[in-house]
Amino acid sequence: MALPPPDPQFVLRGTSAAVHTLHFSCGGPEPDIPLLFSGSENGFIHVWNLKTHRVDTALDGHGRKSVYCVETMGGKDRLLSQGRDQRICLWDLAEGRTSVTDSVFTEHVGFCRCSLLKVAQGRWLMAMAARSLEEVQILELPSKTSVCTLKPEVGAKLGMPMCLKLWQLNCDSQPVLLAGYEDGSVVLWNVSMGKALSQLICHQEPVMSLDFDVEKAKGISGSSEKVLSIWSLNEQQNLQVYKTHELVNAGISDITIRPDKKILATAGWDHRIRIFGWKKLKPLAVLDYHTATVHCVSFSDHSNPQERLLAAGSKDQRISVWSIYAQT
Amino acid sequence: VSFIPGGLDCSISFVSHVLGKVCVHGRQKEILGVLMPHLTDLTKSHCIWQRICWRLVECVPDRWMEAVVLGFVQGAPGADVLSRLLGNLVVKNKKAQFVVTQKMLLLQYGHTTAVLQDLLGYLSLDSLRRPLLLRVLQELLETWSSSSAVKHSPVEQQLYISKAILICLSHMKEPEIESCRQELLTSMMEGVKCHLDSSLPQLRRLGMVVAESISLKINTEGPALKFEYEEDDETRELKSLLVQTPPFCVVPSLPDDDRSEKAAAALPLVPESNEKPHTAAPVMPDEELDAELDSDDDLAPYDMSEDKELKIKAPVYIRDCIEVLTGSRSEDVDKWEATVKALESLIRKNPAATREVSVELAKILLHLEEKTCTEGFVELRQRAQVAVLTTDPIPVAKYLTSQFYSLNYSLRQRMDILDVLVLAAQELSCPKFHGKTKHSGAQKPCIQLLTGSDSSKDWRGIVDERIKSKTRRFNMGQSHVELASHPNEFNSVAGHFFFPLIQHFDRPLTTFDLLGEDHVVLGRLVHTLAILMYLAVNTVAVTAMGKALLEFVWALRFHTDSYVRQGLLSCISSLLLSVPTERILADMTEELLETQSWLGDVMEKDPDGDCRRLALQNLLLMENLKKKLEAVPS
Repeated sequence: MALPPPDPQFVLRGTSAAVHTLHFSCGGPEPDIPLLFSGSENGFIHVWNLKTHRVDTALDGHGRKSVYCVETMGGKDRLLSQGRDQRICLWDLAEGRTSVTDSVFTEHVGFCRCSLLKVAQGRWLMAMAARSLEEVQILELPSKTSVCTLKPEVGAKLGMPMCLKLWQLNCDSQPVLLAGYEDGSVVLWNVSMGKALSQLICHQEPVMSLDFDVEKAKGISGSSEKVLSIWSLNEQQNLQVYKTHELVNAGISDITIRPDKKILATAGWDHRIRIFGWKKLKPLAVLDYHTATVHCVSFSDHSNPQERLLAAGSKDQRISVWSIYAQT
Repeated sequence: VSFIPGGLDCSISFVSHVLGKVCVHGRQKEILGVLMPHLTDLTKSHCIWQRICWRLVECVPDRWMEAVVLGFVQGAPGADVLSRLLGNLVVKNKKAQFVVTQKMLLLQYGHTTAVLQDLLGYLSLDSLRRPLLLRVLQELLETWSSSSAVKHSPVEQQLYISKAILICLSHMKEPEIESCRQELLTSMMEGVKCHLDSSLPQLRRLGMVVAESISLKINTEGPALKFEYEEDDETRELKSLLVQTPPFCVVPSLPDDDRSEKAAAALPLVPESNEKPHTAAPVMPDEELDAELDSDDDLAPYDMSEDKELKIKAPVYIRDCIEVLTGSRSEDVDKWEATVKALESLIRKNPAATREVSVELAKILLHLEEKTCTEGFVELRQRAQVAVLTTDPIPVAKYLTSQFYSLNYSLRQRMDILDVLVLAAQELSCPKFHGKTKHSGAQKPCIQLLTGSDSSKDWRGIVDERIKSKTRRFNMGQSHVELASHPNEFNSVAGHFFFPLIQHFDRPLTTFDLLGEDHVVLGRLVHTLAILMYLAVNTVAVTAMGKALLEFVWALRFHTDSYVRQGLLSCISSLLLSVPTERILADMTEELLETQSWLGDVMEKDPDGDCRRLALQNLLLMENLKKKLEAVPS
């Protein structure tokens, strides 16, 4: 007898605008307060205190243009945010400061979230969509030097890059980029050589979001249609479709795999969050709380597994936080 | 009849005379049926026999040449056989040339496709005869592209000429086409214009098929002209004529139809459009029976029975629907779409509420344009309009009929008004009670007025049945069980539907001229009036309607468009069927007599086959009326 789906553990209100992106920072040692960063359509980045469930700080750095990506760079003191003002801002939040230390002018007018990868102590690689329609640029941070530009071949007609994921198999191997494009295909790029290794057409519609499990070399992508596509990478670095899963309603905004690789969450246009088992994509739960499109989902990085949380931000201006399958 | 073999020098002019005389008396089939197989076999091998045969036909006197040539052409099993038998007769003999190139192609049109194939194939087989083929093509094209021919000649003749053009084209070689490319192009452009102007869908399709074929031939590189039309047997047959199979040795006993079948089979099949290659070939097997610990097993799924498809809720009140449809908020497209889908049932469930806003709703629906790519939008809109009209007939009918004659509507909108009026009238006059109809005996087929142009055919079916039922009743008395009758709701509103439509037809507006260019709408209006008349049987206004309709028909009876004429004749049929006999004979006697003489004229002289048939039906109906009145004791 299946239990009815759980209710959210708590709901964060107060953004006064649709929530587009979420990022947890709860991994710090005990005296540190677990935080949740959220980016909203009104250009504010709210720093939520997960103990008091209130906003600690509100950061305004994108000229009231929507913020659609927030990431921490090695701890809660360094924040990266990307907004519709075509800028990526780097923040210094240590000791109560709230200043923008640096910014990158991307000239990108789309919605493609950038992807960060730590390659060495104090050095990151960031993949972002560039000014030219089909290109992805890789920059090194904090130096902001361009590592390479990934251009699809002429006539490929991939469209805009929609979502990016930079990863590397281990610290010594080459960084690789997975990019989902407007025409529904996912391309694997070799960053150092700047050329494409493999391309796979996963969807008929634009790829809205993707996530990748480095250990199992398996990834999942969602689009505006009703199908989730799971694909894998074989030894020859070729992408192959592994299986597809059909959803009840069309449209996925965001997909994320939990860090322990046991479950994954999808944010749907039908206002629902769906939880699947990652191994076989077994549907586990449908969380129905929001009253408008869910824009983003994110898993927390708590070191204690029992405290793990899932947060979802929606167009109805609420952030729901759930504790689900935390026992395993 | 046996021939003297060997190298005897004999004169065969006597035989020619006999042949000619027999043929002209109409016995072509008998004599040629025996003669031709012999000649075919003999001429195959010996060229002496060929020459004998040629001499034979050449010596036939001119006054009998036509009969002989006709007989040969009709009886020959193939173009090559005809070529062997007749030789260059058409070049040498003026009469034969006239028969083959003019009479059989332009003046007659009763020959089969096979005969056409043989004739034109014969012309193409010899270099001396090819110039004739060219001339034939030019003359055929001239006829095909002349607008008066398209308007006034019967459809069968036009079909025949089109077939002949296509067969000619299939025989033409590249250099010949090159030499007359300009003329072909000019004729094609003119011809296409006349054909597309016509109101009969069959003629339009004919024009399109021929134009496509001509453009295919003259533009070997580059895109060819391509029209959109529904393929049916006729178009497929026409297209198959463009492909020529090489003449092969057919045993004379095989019927001629075989060759056209084989030509049709040679038409290359259009390759199926390839499905986009689905790259999702699953690589790894789904069942992994090897013992990999499935840690998913300890994750118990929650209850997901609530997870259903998300439905956008349509408004529940009529006034809300009006708000959504007239609102300018472009975000709510989903709601707009849901409203359009739900509108008809809402209207029917809330008649009182609809009556309050009926004219406003009718206005909105008439101007409603497709915002999203909804499936079946046109049908949804039409059904909603019919629902509004049947719920509150009088004011909405008033509105719609007045709009029909107003400025600044498109032809499509005016025709939509007519369709809606007819569908609503049909619904009002026979409410759905397990499909029983009020008029005993006559079946009421579902009239698909969306496609529009075929309504006249449906009505002919109904009228035919009605006539049959009427005549049966006269002969055998009451043989039908009276079905349960219901009050005819159309009774009180028939006049409101009918009279405004008939009032202003002769008053041209700046954008709409019924009697001028917009004869398509006039045709539809006339058919609509016929249907309304038919549905008004047993209503109070039917006599007045009948008189008005008779005057209307009289004014338009010489209209040049055959679709309009068919409509007018349907009007007369409806009139005769709906208006009670006593009233017809009492109030409309003189008009009816005049109409009768007009109908006789139409039956004999009208170029359109359908018009003639309808006129005949009407005359029969009138006869029945007279007999009925005489039979019933007063």
